[in-house]
Amino acid sequence: MRDYWELFATFSKLGLFTFGGGYAMLPLLESEIVEKKKWATYDEITNYYAVGQCTPGIIAVNVSTFIGYYQKGILGAVVSTFGFVFPSLIIIVIIAAFIQNFASLAVVQHALAGLRVGVCVLVLTSVYKLIKNGVKDSFGIVMFVFAFLLSLFTNISVVFITLGAGLFGFLKYKLGGKKA
Amino acid sequence: MSILIQLFLEFFKIGLFAVGGGLATIPFLHQLAEKYTWFTVETLVDMIAISESTPGAMGVNMATYSGFTTAGISGSLIATLGLVLPSIVIIIIIAHFLKQFSDSPVVKAIFTGLKPAVAALILCAALNLVNVSVINLSAFQASGNLIDLFPLKNILLFAVLLIMTTKIKKHPIVWIALSAAAGVLFQF
Repeated sequence: MRDYWELFATFSKLGLFTFGGGYAMLPLLESEIVEKKKWATYDEITNYYAVGQCTPGIIAVNVSTFIGYYQKGILGAVVSTFGFVFPSLIIIVIIAAFIQNFASLAVVQHALAGLRVGVCVLVLTSVYKLIKNGVKDSFGIVMFVFAFLLSLFTNISVVFITLGAGLFGFLKYKLGGKKA
Repeated sequence: MSILIQLFLEFFKIGLFAVGGGLATIPFLHQLAEKYTWFTVETLVDMIAISESTPGAMGVNMATYSGFTTAGISGSLIATLGLVLPSIVIIIIIAHFLKQFSDSPVVKAIFTGLKPAVAALILCAALNLVNVSVINLSAFQASGNLIDLFPLKNILLFAVLLIMTTKIKKHPIVWIALSAAAGVLFQF
């Protein structure tokens, strides 16, 4: 029972402090899940993002389900996901019921403008670690540069970019195996 | 009662077909505004603004908000449940098989391709974020004035935070709270 409560509480915390969706969650996952709770390694989190990226649904929810499932099975997955959406439920209901001009309040806009700068710094720092951890050989560099350029300069969906990179990983294994 | 079932089914569909995060749900919600009398396209604009300015995944916030507008608190619960249910089922199935095949060289090979690509995609998302919140490319393009490209306060906060986060190890929540406070204090 305590394990489930811990999952719920941890993911509620993530839901409460993630501003800006899946990517903004990365620095929090790093400090809460990888460093503090040790529920997943940095490498595993990257894998969950990769899968969460090309499967239906919200990426942050997919990553929460992943971690919860590996901790405590199906119920763990449900509890983690519910924990993640719980703050949203409360906050949105309060705002929708009472403060419909919330987004246009000057203090909210100022706070968000500052906060977004903070999120940028945190996500960039996390991405730096992600790159150091995930881009190790020449094949990795090629995949990284291709995905980066395609995502920045074309309209190709991230889903196809991710799937394509997976396919190249597979092909490299197949072809490389024959050469060696 | 039937409106709750309809809500559930519509958001289940969104959860099943919207691939790639919160922004992918917007076209679906647009269709809902046209198909039902639940909310109008104008309310949708407000919903997007609020979902972007509150914590949590944007898609979840949108589901909760539109569920609440349509059918109160039970509506917000049902819509959110509908949205996340496909994810839970699909990810559990994938997680189950991934664990079984985690030692398979094929799975490992696929992930050697995926990992650098995911890092690149997150870098792109972060750079897009920098582009709207630290520098302001669209204001620069509109005015041609170089000062518009580099809003001083934002650049300063960015630089200060970048230095501080590398020097001092603090929980991300601390940095998020600090940057929000700076935003209010210095009228960003």
